[in-house]
Amino acid sequence: MENNTKRYWRGIEELTNNAEFVKYAHREFGDAPSTNEKGEALIDGTNTVRRDFLKVLGFGVSAVALAACEAPVKKAIPYLNKPEDVEPTIANWYASTFVDGGDYASVLVKTREGRPIKIEGNKASSVSKGALSARVQASVLSLYDNEKLKGATIAGKASDWATADKEIIAELGKVAARGGQIRIVSNTILSPTTKRVIGEFVAKYPTAKLVTYDANSASGLVQANGGVLPSFDFSKAKTIVSVGADFLGTWVSPSEFAGQWAKTRRVSSAEGGNKEMSRHYQFETIMSNTGANADYRSTYKPSQEGLVVTALYNAVAAKAGGASIAAPAVKVEYLEKAAADLVATKGASLVVSGSNDPAVQTVVVAINAMLGAYGTTIDAGNPVNYRQGSDSEMNTFINEAKAGQIGAVIFYNANPVYNHPRGAELAEALSKIGLTISTNDRADETGSLCKYNTPDSHYLESWNDAEPKRGHYSFSQPTISTIFKTRQAQSSFLTWAGLNGDYATYLENAWSATLGGKTGWSKALHDGIYEPGAGAAFNVPQTGLADAVASISKNYKANSDKLELAVYEKVTMGTGSQANNPWLQECPEPVSKACWGNYATVSLATAKKLGLDQEVELDTLEVEVSVNGKTVKLPFIVQPGQANDTVAIAIGYGRTKAGKSANEVGVNAYPLTSVINGNIAFSNTGDVQLKATGESAKIARTQTHNTVMAREAVVQETVLSAYKKNVEAGRFKPTISTAEGKKPSGEISLWNGHKYNNHAWGMVIDLNTCTGCSACVVSCNAENNIAVVGRQEVINRREMHWMRIDRYYSSDANVEDVKGLEYASENPEVVFQPMLCQHCNNAPCETVCPVLATTHSSEGLNQMTYNRCIGTRYCANNCPYKVRRFNWFRYYQTDEYDFQFNNDLGRMVINPDVTVRSRGVMEKCSMCVQRIQAGKLEAKKEKRRPKDGEIQVACAQSCPTNAITFGDMNDETSEISKLLAVEHKGRAFGVIEETNVKPNISYLVKIRNKEEKVEKKGAEAHAEPHHS
Amino acid sequence: MKRLKIVALTAVLSFVASVVSVKAQDAAEGEQIFKNNCAACHATSDEVLVGPGLKGISGRRPIDWIVKWVHNPQAVIASGDKYAVDLYNKYNKAQMTAYPNLSEAQIKGVIAYIDAQAAPVAAAATGAAPATGAAPAEGSSNGGMMQYIMIALLLVMVLVLVALLSIVSSLSKLANVSPDSPEAQQIPLFQRIAENGKKIATNSAFKTGAALLITLLIGKATIDAAYGVGIHQGYAPEQPIQFSHKLHAGQYQINCNYCHTGVYKGKGANIPSANICMNCHNAIKRESPEIQKIYRSLEKDEPIQWVRVHNLPDLAYFNHAQHTNVGGLECTNCHGEIAKMEVVQQRSTLTMGWCIDCHRKTDVNAKGNAYYDKLVELHNKDHKETLKVQNIGGLECSKCHY
Repeated sequence: MENNTKRYWRGIEELTNNAEFVKYAHREFGDAPSTNEKGEALIDGTNTVRRDFLKVLGFGVSAVALAACEAPVKKAIPYLNKPEDVEPTIANWYASTFVDGGDYASVLVKTREGRPIKIEGNKASSVSKGALSARVQASVLSLYDNEKLKGATIAGKASDWATADKEIIAELGKVAARGGQIRIVSNTILSPTTKRVIGEFVAKYPTAKLVTYDANSASGLVQANGGVLPSFDFSKAKTIVSVGADFLGTWVSPSEFAGQWAKTRRVSSAEGGNKEMSRHYQFETIMSNTGANADYRSTYKPSQEGLVVTALYNAVAAKAGGASIAAPAVKVEYLEKAAADLVATKGASLVVSGSNDPAVQTVVVAINAMLGAYGTTIDAGNPVNYRQGSDSEMNTFINEAKAGQIGAVIFYNANPVYNHPRGAELAEALSKIGLTISTNDRADETGSLCKYNTPDSHYLESWNDAEPKRGHYSFSQPTISTIFKTRQAQSSFLTWAGLNGDYATYLENAWSATLGGKTGWSKALHDGIYEPGAGAAFNVPQTGLADAVASISKNYKANSDKLELAVYEKVTMGTGSQANNPWLQECPEPVSKACWGNYATVSLATAKKLGLDQEVELDTLEVEVSVNGKTVKLPFIVQPGQANDTVAIAIGYGRTKAGKSANEVGVNAYPLTSVINGNIAFSNTGDVQLKATGESAKIARTQTHNTVMAREAVVQETVLSAYKKNVEAGRFKPTISTAEGKKPSGEISLWNGHKYNNHAWGMVIDLNTCTGCSACVVSCNAENNIAVVGRQEVINRREMHWMRIDRYYSSDANVEDVKGLEYASENPEVVFQPMLCQHCNNAPCETVCPVLATTHSSEGLNQMTYNRCIGTRYCANNCPYKVRRFNWFRYYQTDEYDFQFNNDLGRMVINPDVTVRSRGVMEKCSMCVQRIQAGKLEAKKEKRRPKDGEIQVACAQSCPTNAITFGDMNDETSEISKLLAVEHKGRAFGVIEETNVKPNISYLVKIRNKEEKVEKKGAEAHAEPHHS
Repeated sequence: MKRLKIVALTAVLSFVASVVSVKAQDAAEGEQIFKNNCAACHATSDEVLVGPGLKGISGRRPIDWIVKWVHNPQAVIASGDKYAVDLYNKYNKAQMTAYPNLSEAQIKGVIAYIDAQAAPVAAAATGAAPATGAAPAEGSSNGGMMQYIMIALLLVMVLVLVALLSIVSSLSKLANVSPDSPEAQQIPLFQRIAENGKKIATNSAFKTGAALLITLLIGKATIDAAYGVGIHQGYAPEQPIQFSHKLHAGQYQINCNYCHTGVYKGKGANIPSANICMNCHNAIKRESPEIQKIYRSLEKDEPIQWVRVHNLPDLAYFNHAQHTNVGGLECTNCHGEIAKMEVVQQRSTLTMGWCIDCHRKTDVNAKGNAYYDKLVELHNKDHKETLKVQNIGGLECSKCHY
């Protein structure tokens, strides 16, 4: 695919036009069904010959027809006592709060007949502003995980709560009586009332102490900022420099940051519209989600990280007139340029670093202070509480446990045996602790080693509060009564402290006075938030710069040719706390587009150097990565844009006791991390080896599953300076030769077109603000009952996602320019493009369906009628966007697909307004027609037209950056109409416009805030080395 | 002077007329309110249902008291009002539901309605009945058409057969028997008929005709049977409790919405929960064995397992509110004369053809609904017929299938 000047590709294999890739490229759904030795076609996954199958089918059809004469008796079972607020078939919404360790989001929970079925963002919150990550979207499915503990257990055997409480209180009493140490080990606790409850517990057992750690620790950042996590405001920044912080994907509070970041990236083609963008520099080791969205990006090795920051300090200081610091120089592309921009936009500049080394963060604090970021882009006076863990405290605890100095330990929703680098040591030490209790929801790696398991309830079953940011409170209320016999950990703590275990009352009492009694409390629960604000004066943290620089000079090296390890977090999986969630497992990571497992990523040059032949997409080699003697075996992939001589592995995988979707999927990377200045460093610069084991391996990867058939103009982009001159810069405008000369392709049509009297639903997707975070993908899964197909079926190219995020790499190197392309794959530009049914007005799928199962509606939707579909797949073949997915199997009630559709509990998440599709039918995005219909009905009932924004599709609702605008294009006052009125003469384009299918979905050209390219030709342009 | 008198008289008359018409209007609204809210517990006659019969209520109590009582009966009882306390005690200390939202005018309307009911001649002119939708859809048009074609074919064939037979008999007479042959005259009539019958039976034209007829009949029977698969028209399963719609909806005129709470609001009309039964039956007919079943289910905390009568397949989405609330259809349109059914049965076929048929014929209930204004306007520009459901996408797949 070419677009005037640029070459786009989806993976190395396409770039090099690998023969295997070409073979696969045209097979949208993978291999044709297999055959047996006689050459008879077999039904997939069985030994049944297709002909036999058809014979049986013939009989079966007549048998079913006869059986159908006698309808089964269906029961209608009403409530015995209908709750006043619940009306069957009408959804109820409750405000609540998602909390998983330090991850926070204020949410609205949609319940149907008392079952939570969908999570959406609460726009009333000034902290999360309605933005949800893929993980928050998926959390509703974790509620219905039937591998959680079903009640209290003692030594692995089911017990009742009374017995467990009695024994625990007795044992705690004994430990306390002899002065034994008691520890509560927890991840970040956002709830002030929970902390009070723990205070009550400590008051009862004075030897008790709370130890907090975080799996994705940011304790270095907290230390450098004087013990608090400052709140960053990217929306005020004109220059953003990130040194290894994946702030759009995983760092601290990514959905919140993505929203702020997007504010600085939104431009308008209107006359006088905003045409200014922030400039975003990213320096990093791996190709992160944030790096993929940066304007300028270059790489460094983990061993250089500290020196990159000091080099940035010096570069800024030189321009801003500050004193330089003495540290070894390191050469990183664009660093000088970044410093120049930072100084130029002083007061609206922000530097963030993903390092967990307090010394590095101290230098970052100094840079930000120099740039006047405190008080503008950083608000230290209103700190956030997302990461409260202290690596050193946790270290001390593990040492004490090993030394046998701990009498009792309570793991409060913490799983350090899995997600702490010293987990294995802790596992051993646990046998030395007399009393071990876990409140984890399942008998996970830590819980299974504890004597008492007193499972906490899911957040959707719980009462709680949270203080994500100082003075900004958020409340949780149960949206379902506890599914299993679980009990909130707060109730457990209260009970063990000898108090009344009713946490709901405790919480209400704690808030009642502040909120103004019963009414105030009800209002707070209804709103989900209470934000009095704090407004304390900010203070620039004390720096201690000299010590930090000394430490950096000692710990980092300017040059190293050794192989180094980077450990990162995947946008979809995070720390692995929700690993048993099949939605998350199957959601492809935005950059690598791989799901169901982790893998070792290396750059192309490093792969060549190590003698690894990258195979095609799914087929790869297994490699053995050994880090200081610890080895893991996993597949490898070539990741364009990664630093040379590094290997990267994601955390969150390799669970052993999380459940069937998570166990033995990938490897655990936590033990491979190292320690720096007492904090966990998510890298290892020690002895890192990588070699092929000789085994082949497969990775479930979706990136090349659908080919663009060498079509042009799939993604379109430009640079800001060109856009300022011409709002149509970067647009590809196809023309067609006619008898009257060349005409724009849209002006010629065989069809009469459609007339939309009522609504004309449409969507605009802004490629400039889409970060690829994949929240929309999970949201779509939840809303539309999309089946999870599992790792093998993804490998077979049969994933069912209606919405995918296409990721294209690009460079402006010439196709024949081999050297140029090699450079291109070293640090390509990346474009994310959400791709879903385009609801074409001249839909190619509609004309080829032999049974009219796919038709056009009078509101512009391309309708898919499952009960009419006979599964010819002609439509999928004729779809230029490759967005139609075929149900090869019955994904529900089939043992092979043992995910949520295959157990009664998991099925509770099903949206009752959407059909669960059966085998043999095609499906695709319906533009959430159930929501459109519901919204229209609501308007009709109130005898009015629908208000703009009232009807929202799931993907648009969930987008943290509001990159997706959905609405009625017939309504002149709607946001989409206004946007398109401006952008039709600007950035709006239809994907592959030349085919003239006239999609109802428009995309807005991506704009990079880069200098305009000087015309460069051939390999000479890239002759100088780009990486130090 | 005379002129002035006439003016005055006209004014007085028109005032009286307007008062009368206001009264009539109030009563009409009152009827609606009464049926929706009060009829479940009160009759307009002397009959005691759950609460007292309301005949002559306007004479029994002053209007101020009634308004206060309707707005908040608890407060009136608590105030120690003797009449209220006696009433409360008389009816097993079951308190009336409060209706604080009813305005004084509305309550007066209800009383006007009650008085009108009690009057010997029912006030016939109580305003127009609420606008109803189109006439109920006729029986399945496809089936009917088939029937007519079949009957017509049969008739034609019988005629052809008769014609053929008469030709055959005339021809054979002419060919075989000379008119003056004595044999011919001697053969008795019945024998001749028998012989003719034999000849007819061996006649190939007749045989072909008969075979064709049989094939057609079997064909029709097969097609009828095939069309009937999955259709349960007339399905009237036995229910765990012998609940009579005839009594509740027919005799006592309890509004459908009183029990089927979702019918104007949501997708499902909803089978009432046991606590709705208890609104009345904690006071009336407590001893009935059928009602005892409800008590038992409440005691045991086991919900009543009713048998579903109307089963749409899962692939079809049907929303009650769209049809009842927005479309303004009466329940009887699809469910038949529920008020006359002892046991509820499925009256309509519930096939897609039946749905589509109605969507083709039915006018959109667009009047007074701003949602449709633009659509009606655009439609009327180039159509003579009124706006039907099919004109606004009522036949599109994803209106019901998603």
